Amino acid sequence: MEKILVGLKRVVDYNVRVQVKSDGSGVETDGVKMSINPFDEIALEEALRIKERGEASEIVVVSIGTSEAQQQLRTGLAMGADRAILVETDAATDALTAARIFKALVDRETAELVILGKQAIDDDNSQTGQMLAAVWGRPQATFASEVSFDGDTARVTREVDSGLETLEIDLPAVITVDLRLNEPRYVKLPDIMKAKKKPLEQIPLADLGIESAPTINVAAYEPPQDRQRGMMVENVAGLIAALKDKGLV
Amino acid sequence: MSKVLIIAEHNGAALNPSAAKCVSCAAQIDGATIEIAVLGASVATVAAEAAQLSAVSRVVTIEHEQNDPAIASVLAPQIAALASDYSHVFGPSTTFGKDLMPRVAALLGVNQVSDIMSVEGSHRFKRPIYAGNAIVTVEASADSIVVATVRAASYQAADGGNSAAIESADTDVEIPTHTRFVELQTGQSDRPDLQAAAKVVSGGRAIGSAENFELIYKLADQLGAAVGSSRAAVDAGYVPPETQVGQTGQIIAPDLYIAIGISGAIQHITGIKDAGTIVAINKDEEAPIFEVADIGLVGDLFNIVPELTDALG
Repeated sequence: MEKILVGLKRVVDYNVRVQVKSDGSGVETDGVKMSINPFDEIALEEALRIKERGEASEIVVVSIGTSEAQQQLRTGLAMGADRAILVETDAATDALTAARIFKALVDRETAELVILGKQAIDDDNSQTGQMLAAVWGRPQATFASEVSFDGDTARVTREVDSGLETLEIDLPAVITVDLRLNEPRYVKLPDIMKAKKKPLEQIPLADLGIESAPTINVAAYEPPQDRQRGMMVENVAGLIAALKDKGLV
Repeated sequence: MSKVLIIAEHNGAALNPSAAKCVSCAAQIDGATIEIAVLGASVATVAAEAAQLSAVSRVVTIEHEQNDPAIASVLAPQIAALASDYSHVFGPSTTFGKDLMPRVAALLGVNQVSDIMSVEGSHRFKRPIYAGNAIVTVEASADSIVVATVRAASYQAADGGNSAAIESADTDVEIPTHTRFVELQTGQSDRPDLQAAAKVVSGGRAIGSAENFELIYKLADQLGAAVGSSRAAVDAGYVPPETQVGQTGQIIAPDLYIAIGISGAIQHITGIKDAGTIVAINKDEEAPIFEVADIGLVGDLFNIVPELTDALG
């Protein structure tokens, strides 16, 4: 295939223990490390491997957000993507709007495959890929753990609750990736230097003429109710006694 | 007045337990009328099961050869067509619902509320973000249909004993052929299903090998429990992916959860927060799992687990 689009969302790094602000107005993001959504990194790695096998010619990474998301796009370019597009907006983007943005870019770029993470680790929505497939009227293969191609079709194994499901889908299509699809490569310093010269196009969101979707507003943030630390027992006899006490054995 | 359509997950023979939990969620909406849609090839048995759930006023079936096995792009347009009579469309936060419902939402031109954990009003819900490190109250537009997935672990199953009307429906939509089912590989097991089990025994990286997981299986069988695992154990190849419990695996709420050799990363804890009693067995007394465990035992699992299995026998 000619072209693959990969979405890279800028999110709070997965090692950061996110805390709700004391006034409940949001989560603490000041001075917090930001990274590419880990699932999106896996999506990009898969696209790069497809290209390295000679099954695709160009990988375009896409982010939606403020100009700061250029950092994540540069990382994507350093990993090996050929070009980057930043759709610039200061507002938080809901999933349906993100799907419509990707649809607009798919049309502009005539991409045959879009690979996205199965969810972003900030809002945990798991919606954008499925919505893109819907607005595009094309197949979706979500939660992929294995992907291969045969001409104009892809065979995708998906991690589902009951096991591993394999689908055959016609291209163009949307694939969203799960954890075990691959292990993303590390970026080397010379690649970071090279990435600075690769094209990064900035498009104001307004220029794409996207229809806005009814939004789901966040009215309040609160910390989760934590479980309390319970009792410690000394040995198996103590454990069984405690379980019997609760009527569990 | 709210009118909720619940999309039932099933395997052609039986209703998935998540459907009864979606009903409990929908019943939290004041004065809601609740109906269930069952899509498949031949769904009489499943529809009859759905009709028994309390508070359900009608079961709607759509039967097509193409609806079995379930494929999101095949089901979504039929559900979107059916949805025009409803104020809400709910599905479960299982891989079935997570795959399907956003596609339905996009066809209806709305965003989705993912993972409802509590209903605060007909258009106001609580849901977890950041792997459960924050809970948000969200408000969907009162002018649009609400499409949502329900976090099954947050709800008890609705009671049975009802006998709702079952009616077949058809929708005049084009069913795409661009997506074809090839196969489903399931780890055939006689053990209870992870989602439905009252007791779950899980092993982590410290189990050390696929062979050593036999210890976990023996204890699970002794208790009549399902077997779960941590991401580390799956990544190491000890157990298949469908056993993984946690943010990126299955989110469960058994009465008893026994975590063995699992350190308790936040992603894992997210998957078990709603369990009745959490037992942790770990040799590291500093392991974060002990912070959420109701009963903790520090020691060598290779001694403790066989001893526990024997003592329960």
